[in-house]
Amino acid sequence: MHSYLLIGVMALTTIIIRFLPFILFKNRTPEFIIYLGKTLPYCAMAMLVVFCYRNMEFTNVTNWLPGLVSGLIVVLLYKWKHNTSIAIVAGTILYMLLVQNIFR
Amino acid sequence: MNRSIREAFKDSLNIFPGYMVLGLGFGILLKAKGFGIIHCLLMSVFIYAGSMQYVGIDLLASGASLITAFFMSIMVNIRHLFYGIGMLKEYQNLKRHRIYNIFALTDETFSIACSKDTTGLDKNTYYFALSLFNQLYWITGSVLGNIAGNILPFDYTGIDFSMTALFIVIVVSQWENNSDHLIVVLSFIISIVCLIIFGSSDFLLPAMIMIIVMLGILKRIRGGKDA
Repeated sequence: MHSYLLIGVMALTTIIIRFLPFILFKNRTPEFIIYLGKTLPYCAMAMLVVFCYRNMEFTNVTNWLPGLVSGLIVVLLYKWKHNTSIAIVAGTILYMLLVQNIFR
Repeated sequence: MNRSIREAFKDSLNIFPGYMVLGLGFGILLKAKGFGIIHCLLMSVFIYAGSMQYVGIDLLASGASLITAFFMSIMVNIRHLFYGIGMLKEYQNLKRHRIYNIFALTDETFSIACSKDTTGLDKNTYYFALSLFNQLYWITGSVLGNIAGNILPFDYTGIDFSMTALFIVIVVSQWENNSDHLIVVLSFIISIVCLIIFGSSDFLLPAMIMIIVMLGILKRIRGGKDA
């Protein structure tokens, strides 16, 4: 029974966080929040990329090199072809090859 | 088939491999800790937040207190406040499926939704289909993992990098489509500095606060004109 309560708490808390901005600014959106709405998507994505790399340890080359190299390849591929799928698939395959074969 | 649905399906395919495999991993781990299909479905349908569900496995397995679960959920998911504020204008005006779209605004769905040019599409349909496709991938992956175990015939170690790759692509495309590069650079610096100072499990909240402060200062310096 306790496990279902735990799931309920996790679900409800997550739902509240997701709905909070829409509840708080339902009727009147302050000017600063409108400004945040325009700028935050860019900032949030930068933060999310750092979030993805949060477990890197620079003391261990096998830990950080595959992620950084593959990330760089994704940037270059996208700059070159401007095709989202190609950049993601190629970058991911490279990363898998690196962590499975070279930097084990 | 409706063009908005087709477009949403095409975009969701970038999420498909990551969600299937991360979902699979979640289902397998949950099973390993002794929880079956009912817990799995409840979590993937009603929590629907990748990293939270992974943390949730440990909370379930250790029989954590409800208070602990509450604070962990806040810590892990607080970043979603940014996504809500970022999609405020778009989602607030939706006529249909608004509630579901807000509920299903994950990292991945947000990253596609916030950078999508929806000109010529029916936004109601597009956002709903995108959110639904993504959650279906997630549910399918986690259920398969929970009942069938590891069904992939190859070593998929590292496939979760596809999510990182997706986010990187979106940062680059946003960079190209928006002239305000300063806020992106500063957000990177703030996040990295906070990561170094506060560590990987605690850096998001201070980073979010600092980013908002940074945006406020910039707005003042620039005299209120938006970049």
